[in-house]
This record gives sequence, structure tokens and C-alpha cells, in this order.
Amino acid sequence: MTFPESPPAVTPEAEPVLTPEQRRVLARSPAQCIWHGIVQSLPFLLVLVPFGLLFGVLSAESGLNLAQVLGFSALVLAGASQFTAVQLLSDHAPTIIVIISALAVNLRMAMYSASLVPWLGNASPRQRGLVAYLLIDQTYALSIQKFEDNPNLRLDQRMAYFVGTAICSCIPWLIASAVGFHLGRAIPESWALDFALPITFLAMVAPMLRSLAHMAAAAVSIVAALVFTVLPSGLGILLAAPLAMATGAIVEKRMEQARARQ
Amino acid sequence: MTGYDLKIWFVIVVLGAGTYLIRWSFLGAIGNRAIPEWASRALRYTAVAVLPAIAAPLVVWPAATDGQMDPVRLTAALATMAVGITTRNVLLAIVAGMVTLFGMLYIWA
Repeated sequence: MTFPESPPAVTPEAEPVLTPEQRRVLARSPAQCIWHGIVQSLPFLLVLVPFGLLFGVLSAESGLNLAQVLGFSALVLAGASQFTAVQLLSDHAPTIIVIISALAVNLRMAMYSASLVPWLGNASPRQRGLVAYLLIDQTYALSIQKFEDNPNLRLDQRMAYFVGTAICSCIPWLIASAVGFHLGRAIPESWALDFALPITFLAMVAPMLRSLAHMAAAAVSIVAALVFTVLPSGLGILLAAPLAMATGAIVEKRMEQARARQ
Repeated sequence: MTGYDLKIWFVIVVLGAGTYLIRWSFLGAIGNRAIPEWASRALRYTAVAVLPAIAAPLVVWPAATDGQMDPVRLTAALATMAVGITTRNVLLAIVAGMVTLFGMLYIWA
């Protein structure tokens, strides 16, 4: 007596269904991943280059020299906080206030750092040290999206992609700051470039106003900063920012509780 | 080197080191431990808390007009916000703000 041969066991889990795009991404060598990171960063240059130029221009107008402009862009490597520092320096705010305010702008990067741990936490200490140095809004945004869309990427592929985005962000940032510095010394004061900084900051903030909590935080930040202008230069920000952060956090929590009750 | 130069370099070095430590925090030292809930809640709002606080006094009392309120700059700021909120595009918002600013300066002056 013979039994019909049973079909081979097919376990769908063993062979995850990948889209053609995901297969292509997984097949890339590290060198190709670097290249891919560079190419996908290119559109961001449309924002990054003018922003870097503007940093150079405003720094020149605030009396910085070229070495200092490059020092900011290479050692700090964080646009909004560089603008903050230069603005407060030209206001002659006390050093400690300049530093604390500009650091506050960068606190969000602690979140970036935390959210990359599941993806890059197993890299060597030296590699993680390099990632920390190159962790800016753009390298983070592009990389985390790539990692989440393609969870099967190997560690070396993830590192390579990240390095690619960094090459195409950080080097143009340095060059644009230096070019901006030279432009800044040629631009006449009648161009009203004093107003480029507030416009840039507002343009960065407006798209972030996604929720009631974000809007409440921004509103408190504005009102408090205006009220506190009676205080010595820069001190108002130190008071307005924590108030606004607390407002955002509280409103967010309230809204979550309200949703939970529904 | 002047005192102002020294101050600038001091800010660059300390700000650079501090920013690096913030970025290195979890990747380098803290690792996979979760951020406390209250902290991650507050951190989400750092940018919207700090940037408007810097911009608002510059918009309402611009240095270029010796701190006098200026309809040109107020309008340019509103145009930036409006375009930024509707298009969610930073570059378009900057362009809208600068075009409004230069356009109105041209008409006004």
C-alpha cells in the first residue's frame, strides 16, 4: 500500500514576499548603497544650498571671519542652531545664553539618536561615533525611511546608505557657507537681508504645525518671546522655549486622553 | 584676536561639543534604553518652541527699522507662514516671504 506523496511543506514565513524595489535595494553592494544615498539626497540640496548660502551671508554681516564660518559649519554642523548662535552673538547676548539657546535647538537630535539605535546600534563604536557627527535632519530623515522600508538590509548596507546621504549633505553645506560668506561681503545693506533669518525660521516652523499641540507650542513660544523682550538679550528665549515645550507636551497628553475616552 | 573673536570661537567649540554629545547620546552611551515618556513628548516640540521665539521679536520689532513695527516685514512674515502651512514646503515658503518683502519694499520705498 502506497500513500500519495505529500506536497513539500511550504511555509510562507520562510520566504517573505518582497516587492521588486525591495529586492533591488537588498541586492546592492555597500558601494552601490553609498551611491544610492548620494542620489536620493540630491533633491534636498534645493533647500540646503540656499540655507547654507544664507548662513554665510548673515555670518559675514555679523562680523564673523571665514575661518569662524567654516568652524561653525564643520564643528557644529546644524543649520538652525548655527543661525541661532550667530543671531544672538550679533545681539551681544551673554556667551552662556548663546550656547544654551543654540543647544536647545538641537535637543531634537537626541530623538534621532535614539530612533537609530535599533538599526545602527550594532555598528562598531567608531562607526557609531561617525554617525553621531553626521546626524542632521536630512541624513536622519532619509536613512530612517530607507531602514524602515527595507528592514532586511544588512548593517553594512545601512551604514553605507547613511554615509552616502551625509556626503551629499555635509560637504555642500560647508561649501555653501563659504560661498555665502563671500557673497555676504558683496551684498549691499539695502537688500534687507536682516529679514532673511526670521523668514527662514518661520518657513521651517510652518510645515511642522501638524497638530493642535504643535500650534499651541508655537503660539506660546511667540507670545512669551514678545513679552520677555523686556529682559536682557537672549534671556527671553530661555524662558519662552521651555514654556512652549511644556505646552506642546501637555496639549498632546490631553488630546490622547480625550481620544482614549471616546 | 579680539575679545569678540575669542567669544565666537568659544561658542563654536562648546556648541560643537555639546551638539555632538546630544547626537551621540543614545547611539553611543545610552543604547537601547527607552526615553522616558515625558521627555520624548517634550523633545517633539523643541523646534516649534525655540525657532518662533527667536523669530517673533525680529518680526515685530525689526532691527532694520530701529525696532519700529513695520507693515512690510509683518506682511512678509505672514505670507511665509501662510505658504508654509498650506504647501508644507520650506523652500516655497522662503521664496514667498522674500518676494513679498522685496515687492513691498519696492512699492513702499
